[in-house]
Amino acid sequence: MRLTRLVLALLPVALLLGAPWARAIAPTQMPTAALEARYERLIHGFRCMQCQDESLANSPVSLAADMRRQIRQMLLAGDTDRQIRKFFVSRYGYFILFKPPFVWKTAWLWLTPGILLFVGAFTAAGVIRRRTRLVASDLEEPDPRDGLTGVQERGR
Amino acid sequence: MIRRFIPLLVFVGVAALLAMGVMQAPRKDLVPSPLIGKHAPNFSLPSLMHPHQRVSSTQLNGHWYLFNVWGTWCISCRQEYPELLAIAHTGIVPLIGLDWKDTRGEALAFLSTKGDPYQRIAFDPGGLEAIHWGVYGAPETFLVNPKGIIVYKYIGPITPRAWTEDILPRLPASATVAGS
Repeated sequence: MRLTRLVLALLPVALLLGAPWARAIAPTQMPTAALEARYERLIHGFRCMQCQDESLANSPVSLAADMRRQIRQMLLAGDTDRQIRKFFVSRYGYFILFKPPFVWKTAWLWLTPGILLFVGAFTAAGVIRRRTRLVASDLEEPDPRDGLTGVQERGR
Repeated sequence: MIRRFIPLLVFVGVAALLAMGVMQAPRKDLVPSPLIGKHAPNFSLPSLMHPHQRVSSTQLNGHWYLFNVWGTWCISCRQEYPELLAIAHTGIVPLIGLDWKDTRGEALAFLSTKGDPYQRIAFDPGGLEAIHWGVYGAPETFLVNPKGIIVYKYIGPITPRAWTEDILPRLPASATVAGS
């Protein structure tokens, strides 16, 4: 009984500790650490076109493996990250990028949150200013029927 | 007084926008290809039937052709197979196959029992050529014009209806079969 509890308590810790090594899907051997880092960044940025909600780094399907191989080959051939991204976008469209680029077609996507934030802040500021004015006028004209007023005056 | 209705108007506006988005959302399994209207990838791959010969894009220029990506492991490809044989039988446009991530033995056995609709078949066991064509599942079929431009892409098994309504109208009336 106590053992079960201990195991249950340690399980999340064990799972967390194991995360950095959970790379069984995309094991690679790039010649340098710099290339390895670029490779890792790239495969996390592309969508697996078959599972669609997973990145190339996390997808177990064989098409994703082929795409990772393509990326590896291009990296080894000296292509820049930009060239690799362009290669995939020109064949699969912007859909393959997890982070949509800022182009005319996606401008509204990027700008809408900012605009909404501005509208929200503007509205909030208006409301707050009106409320502040309300409080001030209340203090200026105390209600004679309010018992608290008397207490405050006596306290001064 | 009208100010009271502003939140309601905003809500209706956002709801309408979202409803439009949901209704017009394209099917997620049909990703439009950015290659349409662009030049088909240049390639040179070993022939499936004759390992020492090559199938290349230069042989195909100057003719209309259907570039069909398939594999014996692909169930939908088996589904569309009768239609491919029917298309080949019309002689209107040659079928060029890309045998994708397959083994030569299985592919040859399949073709010899089911019949071969293809004029040429390029062999891509590693799967890297298909990436150049933006392929993300089989079957996928590209219609390429004599200038080598991809005119149309059909995703999924070709049905008789897809042939008569989507592919045939895009071919000129005088389309001829490329010499083999």
